Amino acid sequence: MSERALSAPTVPRAQTLNIRGATLRAIYIIWKRDLIRYWRDRTRVIASLAQPVLFLFVFGSGLSASLRGSSGGFGGTGSSLQYAQFIFPGIIGMSVLFTSIFSAMSIVWDREFGFLKEVLVAPIHRSAVAIGKTLGGATQAMFQGLVILILAPLVGVKLTFLGVIEIIPMAFLFAFAVSALGVAVAARMRTMQGFQMVMNFLMMPMFFLAGALFPLGANLPGWLTVLTRLDPASYGIDAIRRVVLSSSGVSSRVLDSLGLTLFGHSLSLWTEEAVLVVFGAMMLSLAVYAFRQRD
Amino acid sequence: MSQPVIAVRDLVKTYGKVEAVRGIDLEVGPGEIFGFLGPNGAGKSTTISILCTLIRPTSGVAEVAGIDVLKDPSGVRARIGLVFQDPSLDGQLTGRENLDFHAYLYGLPGHTRKQRIDDALEIVELTERASSTVLTYSGGMRRRLEIARGILHYPQVLFLDEPTLGLDPQTRNKIWDYLHAVRTREHITIFMTTHYMDEAEFCDRIAIIDQGKIVALGTPAELKTRVGGDVVTITTPDAAAAVEQLRNVMHLEATQEDGTVRVEVSESASFMPRLFSELTIPITAVSARRPSLDDVFLKLTGRAIREQGMTSLDTMRNMGRIWGGGRR
Repeated sequence: MSERALSAPTVPRAQTLNIRGATLRAIYIIWKRDLIRYWRDRTRVIASLAQPVLFLFVFGSGLSASLRGSSGGFGGTGSSLQYAQFIFPGIIGMSVLFTSIFSAMSIVWDREFGFLKEVLVAPIHRSAVAIGKTLGGATQAMFQGLVILILAPLVGVKLTFLGVIEIIPMAFLFAFAVSALGVAVAARMRTMQGFQMVMNFLMMPMFFLAGALFPLGANLPGWLTVLTRLDPASYGIDAIRRVVLSSSGVSSRVLDSLGLTLFGHSLSLWTEEAVLVVFGAMMLSLAVYAFRQRD
Repeated sequence: MSQPVIAVRDLVKTYGKVEAVRGIDLEVGPGEIFGFLGPNGAGKSTTISILCTLIRPTSGVAEVAGIDVLKDPSGVRARIGLVFQDPSLDGQLTGRENLDFHAYLYGLPGHTRKQRIDDALEIVELTERASSTVLTYSGGMRRRLEIARGILHYPQVLFLDEPTLGLDPQTRNKIWDYLHAVRTREHITIFMTTHYMDEAEFCDRIAIIDQGKIVALGTPAELKTRVGGDVVTITTPDAAAAVEQLRNVMHLEATQEDGTVRVEVSESASFMPRLFSELTIPITAVSARRPSLDDVFLKLTGRAIREQGMTSLDTMRNMGRIWGGGRR
C-alpha cells in the first residue's frame, strides 16, 4: 500500500446523515429532472396536441352539426352551448389524463435503461422516488392541459383571466391523482409492454367513463351511472368543465343539468377536488409501498 | 495494516441450491486499489453487490467503512460510490446535470456543489463536454462520467463492477489512468471486479476468485512468482512427443494446448540453447515471455480464464440485477 494513501484524508467525508433533509432534496431533483426532460423534448409537447385537436375539431365539429337540429343548443332548450364547447374542457382533461399516465411510464423506462438504480441505491427514503415522480408527472400533465386553452377561441369558448387562474389548481390536482395512479402501477412493472397493457385497460375506460364526451347528469343507464361515478377522472373533468364553461358565460342552470351528480345532488367544486386529493393520496401511498418493497 | 476499510469474514450467498459465494474472507486497507478477478459466474458480482448492500448475504459478516452492511445499509450507501456494470446515466441530461442530480441525491451542500462538480469533471477530463447531453458521449466518456459521479459525494470506497467491460483496449487503459488519478486526489479506496487478467496489473492487490472461493490473494508480483520464472511456448508438429521428451530428458512438466506445448522454466535465456540441443523432435517456433496473471489463473485452477457461456449462476445474477427482481 502506498504511503500517500495512508496520510489523513483532507476531503470531507459524509459522517452524519440527515435522511429527512436528503429525501426532500431528492424529491426536488427527481421532479426537476422530469421537467428538464419535458422541456428538452419540445417536439413531444407539440406532437401531443395532435390528438386533442383531432377530437375537438373533427369529432367535436362533426357531432355538433348533427346534434344542432333538435333543440338549438346542447344542454337543453334555450342554451346556445355547442357540443364542441361542451367537450372542450373534456379535451383538457383528456390531455391531462394521458400525459399523467405516460409520464409514469418513464419509471419503467428508467428501470430498463439502468437509471433507476442510481436513484434506488442513494441513501434516501424510497418515498422520494414515488413523490418526486408523481409531482414531476403532475406538473408536466398540468402544462399539457393548460396548453389546450390556446385552442379556446377556435371553438368559441371565452376565457377570463380569473378563469384561467382557477383552472391551474384544478388541472394540477387532477394530474396529481392520475400521476399517482400511474406511478403506483409503474412501480410494479418490469417491462414497457406490461405497463402499456395495464394502462390500456385503465386509461381508455377512465377516459370514456369520465364524461369528457357526454354529459353524466343525463339519463344514463344505471350500470353506466355507477361506473362513471367510480371513475376518479369524472370528478377531475367535471371540475375543469364547471370552471371553464362558467368563465365562458354558461349559466349555472345549464351547467348543473350537464354536470356530475351523486345521488341526485350536484357536486360542489370542493367536493370534487376532495375526491381527487383522497384518491391521489391513496395511490401515492400504494406507490410508496411498492417502491419500499423493492430494494 | 491500519483499520481496514472493507472487512469480510466467511461470506456466503446461496440462491436456492446454487452456491454463488462459498466462504470469502478478505480485508482491504485505506487507499488501496483492490482487484477482484475471476471468470464469469465466479461470484464477483454477487460479492460486490453484498458489499454495496444491494444483496443480503446468506451468512457471514461484511463491513464497509466500519459499518455492517446488514445493520446500517443507508450508512454504508452514503459512504460508498458505485459504478455499475450496466450504464446508469440519463442520456437526455447533460453531463453536468447528471452530476447535479447525484449531488442532490447525496445531499452535497449547496455552496460547494458547483465547485465539487467542476473538480470531478476535471479529474475525468470532461469539462469541455459537460454541457452536452450524454447521448452524444462515447462509451468511454460515459464510463468516465460515471466515475466522476461515483466519487462526487466524497465516498470512502469506490466500487466498480467490471468498469472496462465492452471498451476497447486503449479506452480501458485510459480508464485506469483516471482511476489512479482519482485515488491520488481523493485518498479513496477502490474495489473493482474484472475478468480481464491484464487489468489486475494496475491493482495494488488482487484476489482471484473461482467458483465462489478465493484461490489466491496478493500483489500481482507475488502471484506471478507462483508461476515461477518464464513461460515458454513451443510450436511443434508432434506436441505429444515434445511433452514426453521434456519430461524424460529435461525433467520439466509441460502441458499441451492446441498443438503448442507450454512449459514453465526458471530462466528462459539459458533454457533455449538446451532445448534445441537436447530435444530431438522438430521445433517450428519458440517464444518466451514473463508470466501473466492468466498463467497464474491457469496454474491455480487448471483452467484458462476465458469468456465462458452463461452459466446458470450468471442467469440468476442477471435476474437479481434487474431491479426489483432481487431478493430484498
